[in-house]
Amino acid sequence: MSELQQEPTAVQGEGRWLLGDPIADDRAPDSPVGDRWSDRKFSARLVNPANRRKMTAIIVGTGLAGGAAAATLGEAGYHVKSFCFQDSPRRAHSIAAQGGINAAKNYRNDGDSVHRLFYDTVKGGDFRSRESNVHRLAEVSLNIIDQCVAQGVPFAREYSGLLDTRSFGGTQVSRTFYARGQTGQQLLIGAYSALERQIAAGTVEMHPRTEMLDLIVADGRARGIVTRSILTGKIETHLADVVVLCTGGYGNVYYLSTNAKGSNVTAAWRAHKRGALFANPCYTQIHPTCIPVSGEYQSKLTLMSESLRNDGRVWVPKERGDNRPPNQIPEEERDYYLERQYPSFGNLVPRDIASRAAKNMCDAEQGVGPGGLGVYLDFKDAIGRLGRHAVEAKYGNLFEMYQRITGDDPYEVPMRIYPAIHYTMGGLWVDYDLRSTIPGLFVGGEANFSDHGANRLGASALMQGLADGYFVLPTTVPNYLADGPFDPIDESHPAVVEAVESTKGRIDKLLSANGNRTVDSFHRELGQLIWDQCGMARSKEGLEKALDRLPSLREEFWRDVKIVGTGDGFNQSLEKAGRVADFLELGELMCTDALHREESCGGHFRVEHQTEDGEAQRDDENFSYVAAWEYGGDQSGAKPILHKEDLEFSYVHPSQRSYK
Amino acid sequence: MRITLRVWRQKNADAKGKMEKYKLDDVDEDMSFLEMLDVLNEKLILQGEDPVSFDHDCREGICGSCAMVINGTPHGPQKNTTTCQLHMRHFKDGDTIDVEPWRARAFPVIKDLVTDRSAFDQIIQAGGYVSVNTGSAPEAHATPVDKVSADDAFDAATCIGCGACVAACPNGSSMLFTAAKVTHLGLLPQGQPERQTRAISMLAKQDELDFGGCTNVGACAEVCPKGIPLASISRLNHDVLGATLAGARAD
Ligand SMILES: Cc1cc2nc3c(=O)[nH]c(=O)nc-3n(C[C@H](O)[C@H](O)[C@H](O)COP(=O)(O)OP(=O)(O)OC[C@H]3O[C@@H](n4cnc5c(N)ncnc54)[C@H](O)[C@@H]3O)c2cc1C
Ligand code: SF4
Ligand code: FES
Repeated sequence: MSELQQEPTAVQGEGRWLLGDPIADDRAPDSPVGDRWSDRKFSARLVNPANRRKMTAIIVGTGLAGGAAAATLGEAGYHVKSFCFQDSPRRAHSIAAQGGINAAKNYRNDGDSVHRLFYDTVKGGDFRSRESNVHRLAEVSLNIIDQCVAQGVPFAREYSGLLDTRSFGGTQVSRTFYARGQTGQQLLIGAYSALERQIAAGTVEMHPRTEMLDLIVADGRARGIVTRSILTGKIETHLADVVVLCTGGYGNVYYLSTNAKGSNVTAAWRAHKRGALFANPCYTQIHPTCIPVSGEYQSKLTLMSESLRNDGRVWVPKERGDNRPPNQIPEEERDYYLERQYPSFGNLVPRDIASRAAKNMCDAEQGVGPGGLGVYLDFKDAIGRLGRHAVEAKYGNLFEMYQRITGDDPYEVPMRIYPAIHYTMGGLWVDYDLRSTIPGLFVGGEANFSDHGANRLGASALMQGLADGYFVLPTTVPNYLADGPFDPIDESHPAVVEAVESTKGRIDKLLSANGNRTVDSFHRELGQLIWDQCGMARSKEGLEKALDRLPSLREEFWRDVKIVGTGDGFNQSLEKAGRVADFLELGELMCTDALHREESCGGHFRVEHQTEDGEAQRDDENFSYVAAWEYGGDQSGAKPILHKEDLEFSYVHPSQRSYK
Repeated sequence: MRITLRVWRQKNADAKGKMEKYKLDDVDEDMSFLEMLDVLNEKLILQGEDPVSFDHDCREGICGSCAMVINGTPHGPQKNTTTCQLHMRHFKDGDTIDVEPWRARAFPVIKDLVTDRSAFDQIIQAGGYVSVNTGSAPEAHATPVDKVSADDAFDAATCIGCGACVAACPNGSSMLFTAAKVTHLGLLPQGQPERQTRAISMLAKQDELDFGGCTNVGACAEVCPKGIPLASISRLNHDVLGATLAGARAD
């Protein structure tokens, strides 16, 4: 990618962005798609075991991707420094994943195969992902399950003692491995225990409660990070031969999301501002079945498993503004709109379609509950048909969770649900080796853009995180390190000094504003704006409106934010402020990306681009590419620069999705 | 509803702390306990006062970050519920609620309600794993695991590492936490080769740290938000006894 390090040559285009040179992945071998990963592994260079401990790898993030990568590189003998902002690596956001993890084991002999998982994932991504990467993901899925079982991950089993699987949306086979409703927790505990084992062995140095605030790029290579200790406020630098970011997704730009409260974009955004391209920021996933907002104080949204739609029926009152209790609304006055609009898939249409339909009903003032932002998910028929006992056996824990949060008993009254932001497909651009456009900077897990195109299938994020962490990065990072040893670097290097100074400057600036609004109040306003204009449905007009508002909101933030306390010591408002400052900038890039993509695909729905019956209308002719954005610079009015990576489909041929 | 809070305020690890009183007039019964504290903090910030620090992340009862002693009970009055999943409808208008950090020698206070629980990671480092390097795993179906053991192992593995068990224990013992891990791995065939050394190494580590000994009080299991049963402690003791008889040593 060396040409990207230069100024883009052909800067043209108009409006809110500039057009730069195209880019391409030059790392996937030219062989048939099924041979590429083994060919790449064979061609990857190795590092002599004796030299490994002299090489330092920084890995930021201890979720599935980062935890697995740190443990595995530690096992291989590298000197690893691992970072997370929580008090323990075991608390990374991956812990919250519920449903399961996909793998093409075909234990059920139901026609599954690596090729089918590859096919489903490319199609599920609405033909906006890279075939090479997706195929590798499907191949590696087999090894992931083996690895996790060997670590003692207690997956669900059948009476035979063999592993159980279940079905998930968007597929016709049963390939989802699970550990009750806590698959993420169990997988993460597996990776965490492998990590702790390496910490005990002395190969991994763990830095919890430490937040990366900048990337150090010296002489064209990523050579370290600037961190702030959450405990003491101390700004420090960590230097290394390679830096790997596994820092998760950016769903919290919307303020309300299903992500953990601390999830943020700072590490990725800082890397972007240091030269890494950011790909497809507008591809975000909205999950249709979350517990709706109950009041202004709402701090996050809770996901209810998608499996509920197997037996629950979704409806709203036919009459606008009908606020009778649900059980008093007679059958003929209910609109089971999914069953009406999608007779063949009914309540089981994919996530994006179910979400949009709920939004349309609420926009038409047929929504229920506070603010009219909810629809019913009703189990009355299922209870009648199967009996309460059977429903309890299937969904008991979910019903309990719902009742704990809302105080309503879903056996008696229908659940209220509403869509919420859940996952971000966009992220830092990487090639097949998971290298960003900055040499020496690798990106894994949800933080990169690589495998899910415009829409992620259920149970595929855990698979990708562990594929990157256990198998891909441990092959491709050493290949890069084999170029070393790199020039020695110390704290006096101008790039290090500059990064430290600018980090301190930002913190001082945040603390000195001493304005009138809290960080959360800005975050809520930003979230509402992005949700309204760059959420489930996007329009040119709305996006332009957001793009006009965002610079002034950012300016207000820096002028009027109020943070109590100082920078040296535990200060949670200061931590949040730094993250919100970056979300404010990211929001603008998301809207620009959404505005430029004049088509609808996956999670990106442009109201101008829909079929006659309201479905997403892709434009393969003009938009079959990855939009990789280069940072335009700090000066006001600077425009981001678009680099296009053309997507080729040699194995899976793009088709229109239909669920009617 | 109106709520009076008495919250433990402590500037840093070395400072002396004290209970501070705050009044909230507009608490909604659908708020979670942490959302109620968010409301307090927004108020404090606008008044120029230091907001109350507390650990939290997932707010779904799974990450184990949140940790508060509410009216004397770790995680508060509702059984099997973490602080973040406790809702204000379990309190009454006019209630006074005491909010304190975990109190245990092994978990020193960092600030306000935030404590240092890194000792738990050290217990895991002592043996809470199966020693299998990436890439060396056999095919997953090579070893079937009977469903009952798999389910029981899962139940033990749901421990979220919150530390409520330690906070509730008059001795500040980490026995339930350690036992949950020993049970999880000890029930699975994959955990067998290291079963004995694991038990004694983890136990030796917790003794070396600032945790107290277990005298079978049972307060730990009462407050555990994940319902880890007291019986897991007998399992740990059984493994330790077996290991001692077999002459295994901590490693
Ligand atoms: C409620 C919920 C349920 C889900 N269920 C499923 C499911 O059933 N199946 C599925 O496949 N996927 C699911 N997902 C998606 C999946 O959980 C995530 O995409 C995945 O776990 C992300 O893993 P990760 O390793 O990339 O990042 P994360 O687990 O988010 O970890 C990020 C890490 O980076 C660290 N970090 C971030 N920024 C910094 C910084 N600046 N400095 C230092 N450290 C930093 C954090 O401390 C953390 O350790 C679910 C998601 C949610 C929200
Ligand atoms: S055993 Fe229970 S109380 Fe103790 S750390 Fe685990 S989940 Fe928390
Ligand atoms: S915040 Fe995660 S368990 Fe309470």
